[in-house]
Amino acid sequence: MTLEVSLRHQAGSFTLEAQFATQGRVTALFGPSGAGKSTIVAAVAGLIRPGRGRVALDGRVLTDVPGVFVRAERRRIAVVFQDARLFPRMSVRDNLLFGWRRAAAKADTATIAHVIDLLGLEPLLPRLPRKLSGGEKSRVALGRALLASPEMLLLDEPLASLDAARRGEILPYLDRLARETRLPMLYVSHHVDEVARLADEIVVLEAGRVKAQGSVFDLLTDVDAIAGVPPLGAVFEAEVREHRDDGLTVLAFDGGVLYVRQLAGGTGTRMRVRLRAEDIMLALKQPEAVSANNVLACTVKEIRTSGDEADVQLMCGATRLVARITASSRARLGLAPGMPLYAVVKSVTVERGAE
Amino acid sequence: MIEYLTPAESQALLLSLRVSGAAVACAMPFAFLTAILLARRPLGGSVLGGLVHLPLVLPPVAVGYLLLVVFGARAPLGAWLDANLGIRFVFSWTGAALASALITFPLQVRAIRLALDSADPGLADAARTLGAGPLDRLVNITLPSAVPGLVSGAITAFSASLGEFGAIITFVSNIPGETQTLPLAIYAALQTPGGETQAARLCVMSIVLALFFLTAGELTFRRLWR
Repeated sequence: MTLEVSLRHQAGSFTLEAQFATQGRVTALFGPSGAGKSTIVAAVAGLIRPGRGRVALDGRVLTDVPGVFVRAERRRIAVVFQDARLFPRMSVRDNLLFGWRRAAAKADTATIAHVIDLLGLEPLLPRLPRKLSGGEKSRVALGRALLASPEMLLLDEPLASLDAARRGEILPYLDRLARETRLPMLYVSHHVDEVARLADEIVVLEAGRVKAQGSVFDLLTDVDAIAGVPPLGAVFEAEVREHRDDGLTVLAFDGGVLYVRQLAGGTGTRMRVRLRAEDIMLALKQPEAVSANNVLACTVKEIRTSGDEADVQLMCGATRLVARITASSRARLGLAPGMPLYAVVKSVTVERGAE
Repeated sequence: MIEYLTPAESQALLLSLRVSGAAVACAMPFAFLTAILLARRPLGGSVLGGLVHLPLVLPPVAVGYLLLVVFGARAPLGAWLDANLGIRFVFSWTGAALASALITFPLQVRAIRLALDSADPGLADAARTLGAGPLDRLVNITLPSAVPGLVSGAITAFSASLGEFGAIITFVSNIPGETQTLPLAIYAALQTPGGETQAARLCVMSIVLALFFLTAGELTFRRLWR
């Protein structure tokens, strides 16, 4: 799937001037609030007509203003809104089937059953939206969008109105969805956690402009690209090598191995792993007798100092890592690009099983 | 209940219900569309809004007079309707219904508009992304969200219509069995020597009727919004 977006849009004092093309299956639109993320979603969905611009999906031109503007109801691009927007007087079942009934190519009953099962919606079907919790509403909104058989799914901060616990409840559903359906998604978020877990490609927006774009593995370690949106951290893929008797699982990646607490998944299963910049300590010599399970040999690639903090980009084999230390530590250790050193990893987050 | 009433009384009562029912039912679709227009364009709608609310502040007699000017037997539109469609409003109960509809129109529009304003404007966008075109959205999204307003507006307008006097008597006169609704019957009774008892009975009927519909309206309204 290729999504091309090139927009110039003025709304009050806000100017959006964004241009990007993405081939990622899950592309994250990432940036602080007011960066123009939702405007882009609205323009891609056809809910606003941009002042000028072009939107094309797999070469199908949806917007080319002035000139072409396919109406939202003809675009086959479903949106999951932050506030769910379930139809209040319809049951969950009718909400779910709203788009399905209007779709030209209808999903078959097996697909409907699968979506209901995937999102755990069975017990909710007869209920009215006002009887649902926030997390349940999000799931129904997601199911409703999927059953419209769209060519693309736009998720506009679908989890933003939920508390941390509810977010943790929905994320696995989104994760399964991203892996199981081959549906291209544009995922708007300002949470690194969600992006690191779900996205393949990231488009970073700031004040209405594209600030950076790249793969999730490259961009999340890039302090310039995602400055101001903590936490910084590296994301990369690793493979289960073995489950050891002492309760640890060994994950191999391009640059070494990581020991993590016992994981599900047989040998060879691919996982997405995240190492936060705050969770990495640096040592000049191989440390002995430390409690951390993981010590990785690295080379300093680049250092960026801002205020009293320094972000050190490291290469561990072919994998990029990033560590956040204080400026004074940096001076004390005398860090400079090219130096070999050891990264002591205090904690590893296994985000998901990759496919 | 009818057996406690004299034939003339029940005639006036049934006519009142018929006139008010027709007035509310015929005005409702227009009120719905007007409310949508007003809800969509708050600024451009201010002229329309003023026009719609005019019957609420004009003397009903003036409304009746204006109706005569437009729909009277010798007025161009009235004559045309009579000649081509066989519709005559003057001296007919349909004229009474028309007058009532016009007077109570703003009450319906206001109630529907309140319901539309309190509905989530994002729902229409959600429906669009799911493939619903304009008419589809009007029927399946806007109409359901207007239901509480339609119901409460209809009940309020119906109750108010039962009491309409000035516009009816000016436009279609006071003809027993044709245009003599309850208020007009009370007026007629008071004009007759010794008619005070009759007037009092009709008055009690009006009060009972009004209380009944107001209570029913309140209860329905509460149910719908909960």
